[in-house]
Amino acid sequence: MRATSWYGKHDVRVEHVPDPQILNQGDAIVRITSTAICGSDLHMYNNFVPTMKQGDILGHEFMGEVVEVGREVKNLKIGDRVVVPFPIACGKCGFCQAQAFSLCENSNPNAWIAEKLMGHSPAGIFGYSHMTGGFAGGQAEYARVPFADVGPIKVPNHLSDEQVLFLSDIYPTGYMGAEMCDIKPGDTIAIWGCGPVGQFSIRSAFSLGAERVVAIDYLPERLKMAEDGGAITINFKEQNVYEALMDMTGGRGPDSCIDDVGMEAHAPLPIFAYDRIKQAMMLESDRPHALREAIMCCKNGGTVSVIGVYAGFIDKFPMGSVMNRSLTIKTGQAHVQRYMRPLLQMIENGDIDPSFVITHRLPLEEAAYGYDIFNQKVDNCIKVVLKPEWDSNGHNGSVKDDNYTVVH
Amino acid sequence: MSTNQQTSNYVGRTSSSYDESYSVAERREPGLPSASAKKLAKGLGWFSIGLGLAELLAPRAIASISGVPKGRTGLIRLYGLREIASGITIFAQQNPTGGVWSRVAGDALDLASLGAAATSPNAKKGRLAFATANVLAVTALDVICAKQLSNGNHGIHAKGSCIVNREPEEVYSFWRNFENFPRFMRHVESVQDLGDGRSHWVVKGPAGMTVEWDAMTVADDPGTVITWRSLENADVDNAGAVRFERAPGGRGTIVRVNLEYNPVGGVLGATVAKLFGEEPEQQLDDDLRRFKQILEIGEVVVSDATVGGTGYFEQRPARPASAKELERAETLPSQTATNYESDYRAEGRMVQR
Repeated sequence: MRATSWYGKHDVRVEHVPDPQILNQGDAIVRITSTAICGSDLHMYNNFVPTMKQGDILGHEFMGEVVEVGREVKNLKIGDRVVVPFPIACGKCGFCQAQAFSLCENSNPNAWIAEKLMGHSPAGIFGYSHMTGGFAGGQAEYARVPFADVGPIKVPNHLSDEQVLFLSDIYPTGYMGAEMCDIKPGDTIAIWGCGPVGQFSIRSAFSLGAERVVAIDYLPERLKMAEDGGAITINFKEQNVYEALMDMTGGRGPDSCIDDVGMEAHAPLPIFAYDRIKQAMMLESDRPHALREAIMCCKNGGTVSVIGVYAGFIDKFPMGSVMNRSLTIKTGQAHVQRYMRPLLQMIENGDIDPSFVITHRLPLEEAAYGYDIFNQKVDNCIKVVLKPEWDSNGHNGSVKDDNYTVVH
Repeated sequence: MSTNQQTSNYVGRTSSSYDESYSVAERREPGLPSASAKKLAKGLGWFSIGLGLAELLAPRAIASISGVPKGRTGLIRLYGLREIASGITIFAQQNPTGGVWSRVAGDALDLASLGAAATSPNAKKGRLAFATANVLAVTALDVICAKQLSNGNHGIHAKGSCIVNREPEEVYSFWRNFENFPRFMRHVESVQDLGDGRSHWVVKGPAGMTVEWDAMTVADDPGTVITWRSLENADVDNAGAVRFERAPGGRGTIVRVNLEYNPVGGVLGATVAKLFGEEPEQQLDDDLRRFKQILEIGEVVVSDATVGGTGYFEQRPARPASAKELERAETLPSQTATNYESDYRAEGRMVQR
C-alpha cells in the first residue's frame, strides 16, 4: 500500500510499504477513504516530538471501510463504514471503564519510554511517535486498528466522509476543551488559537451555553472563520490581548480560557524569540506563550483548559498567578471515544456540519505538499483532507464524491 | 521452615509487611546475605558503639586495660569516634555490608596502633598482648561477617508492581499456573509443572544462551502470596515472591513481585547486559505489563514498532512489517499469548464475580 512516512524535519514521503495485517485478535483492518493532517502532526513535521523513527507512518484522523477483522471482534464486520478515534483504548482497564480513554493502561506497548519522559504513560496513539506506542498511522491506504470493538464507530451512509471524519479527533478535542470550562449561563470564554480545534471549541462553547466567545489568532482567514462561528476576534499582532480582553469583561477577565494552541505558539516578537531560542537550545521543549497569556487573562477563580498539545517542558510558567488567584487548570488528550456518539448525534441533527473547516482536498500522493502549505499557513490553508482513493490528478476512483477539486 | 509456618505469616498482612515477604526470597537464596550474617552485623554494630563510647568517654581506662601508654588518650578518643561512625553506618543503611567492611579497616588500624605501642618503652607488654589477641578475635568475626554479606551483593534484586483490574483470586490463579509464564515473561521459554510444588524452567540468557533449573514453591497461600526458589544445581540460583493484595475501592488487585538471582557471568556479566538494555527492573516491569494485558484483555498488545520487542534496539519503524519480518518476530501474540479468556474458561477455573 501507499503511506505517508516521516523522515525528519520537513521531510515526509508517500511510499510503498507492506499492507497491514491482523496482529492481535481484537484488530480490524480499515481501507481508508478519508484522512486528515492534524495540527499535532506538524509538531512531528517540525521535529519537536521525541522518539520518532525514520519510516514511521503518520496520521491519526482517518475513516474508511472495514476489510478484515480478528477473531475476537464482535461489534464490527467486513463492509462497515467507520470513523476511528485517535487514542487507542482497550475498554477493559480501570481508566477505560472510567471513560478516560486517552489514559488507557494497556494500549501502549512502549509505555516504558513514556514513563521515562513523563512519569507515567498515556494511551497509545496512531502515527504519533514511539513513546505513544509506535502504531502505524492512517495517512495511508489501509490501517490496522487495535481494539476494534472499543474505538471505531459505525457511521450512517447518508452522512458524507467530510461530515463525520473529524469525529476522529478535532471535533471531540475542541468539544472537550470547551467542556472542561464547565460553562455557566452568561460566561465569556476566551479561546487562544483559531486552527481547526479552536474552531470546534468556539462552536462547542456556544452549544454548551456560553454567552460570548472571544477568539485569538493572527491569521485573517482563521479569524474570519471564527467570526463565522459567532466569535468576537482579537488579532494579537494588532491588539494587546490582555487589554482587549479586560476591556470586554469590565476588567474581570474571561470566565474560562482555552489554550487551543499548544507547544508551537506564535507570539509578539520578543516573547516568541525568547521561547524559540530556548527551544532551539533545548532548554525548553515547548513554547508556552498562549498558555502563559491564558493564565494571566483568566478571571480570579476561573478555569484554564489546556487542549493544545504539549510534549515536554516549559519555562517561565506563572504558577504564582495560578495559585494566588485560585485558577483551575484542566487538560488532557481528548477521550474521543467518550464523545463520538453524542457528537455524531449533533451532526445527524444538523446542529453542526464539521466539514466547514476543510480548505484543501488532495490525493494521498500530495501529502508532502499538504504538510507544507498547512505548516506555512499559505494559500489560506486551515485543514487538509487526503484522499487515498484519488489518483494523482485528483480523479476519484470510487466516483462517490464528485464535487471535489484539487486546490493548489 | 515448613510451608505452613511460612504461609500463616502472610494472612491478613497489609503493605507494611511487604519487606518481610521479600525476605522469604532473600533467605532462601543461597548466595544472598543470610539472616545470621545480618544478625552478626547488628551485634558488631552494637559492639562498635559500646567500645566507641568507652574510648571517647574513658580513654585513660581503655589505655590502662590495653597497656597503651597513657599519653595517647587523644588518639584513643579519635578511634572512639571512628568506632561510633562504623556502628552508625551498620545500623543506618539497609545493607550493613559497607559498615562491616569499615570495621575491618578500623581493626587493621587498631592492630597497627597496638604494634606501634609495643615499641614504646612505657608499654605494658602483657596487657598489650592480651588486647591484641582480643582485637584479632574481633577482626576474624568482622572479616567473616563482611565476606558473607558481600557474597550476597552478587545477587541481582528486581522488584515491580502493577494493578490488574481483576479479583485477587483470579490474578493469583493465573500466576499459580506457572506454565502461563512464557506468555508474558519474555525471557522464559517454558515452565513445566513437575507436580509436588516443583517445576522445571528453561530461560533465555544473555548472548543466546539457555539456562535451566528446577524450582520449588516455598509458600503458597491462594489469593495472597506465592514464593519460590531454585533447587540445588540450578544454572542460575534464584528466588522470587509475588503478593496479591486487593486494591482499595474495588480498583482490582495490586501485584507485587520481588526477584533475586545470581546472574550468569556474575556482576560483570550483569553490568554488560545492562549496557545492552537488559535492565532487570525494566524487564520485570515489561513482563508485568504483559501479565496485566493478558488478564484484562486476553492477549499481549503489539504495535507495528514492537513486533520484535519493546526494547530500544528492537523498535522497528511504525509501519507494517513485511511477512519476512513477522516470521522473525518473537513476541507475536499468536506465539506468546493464546487467548486468555477462552483458555481460562475452558479449564473451568474462571472465578465468578
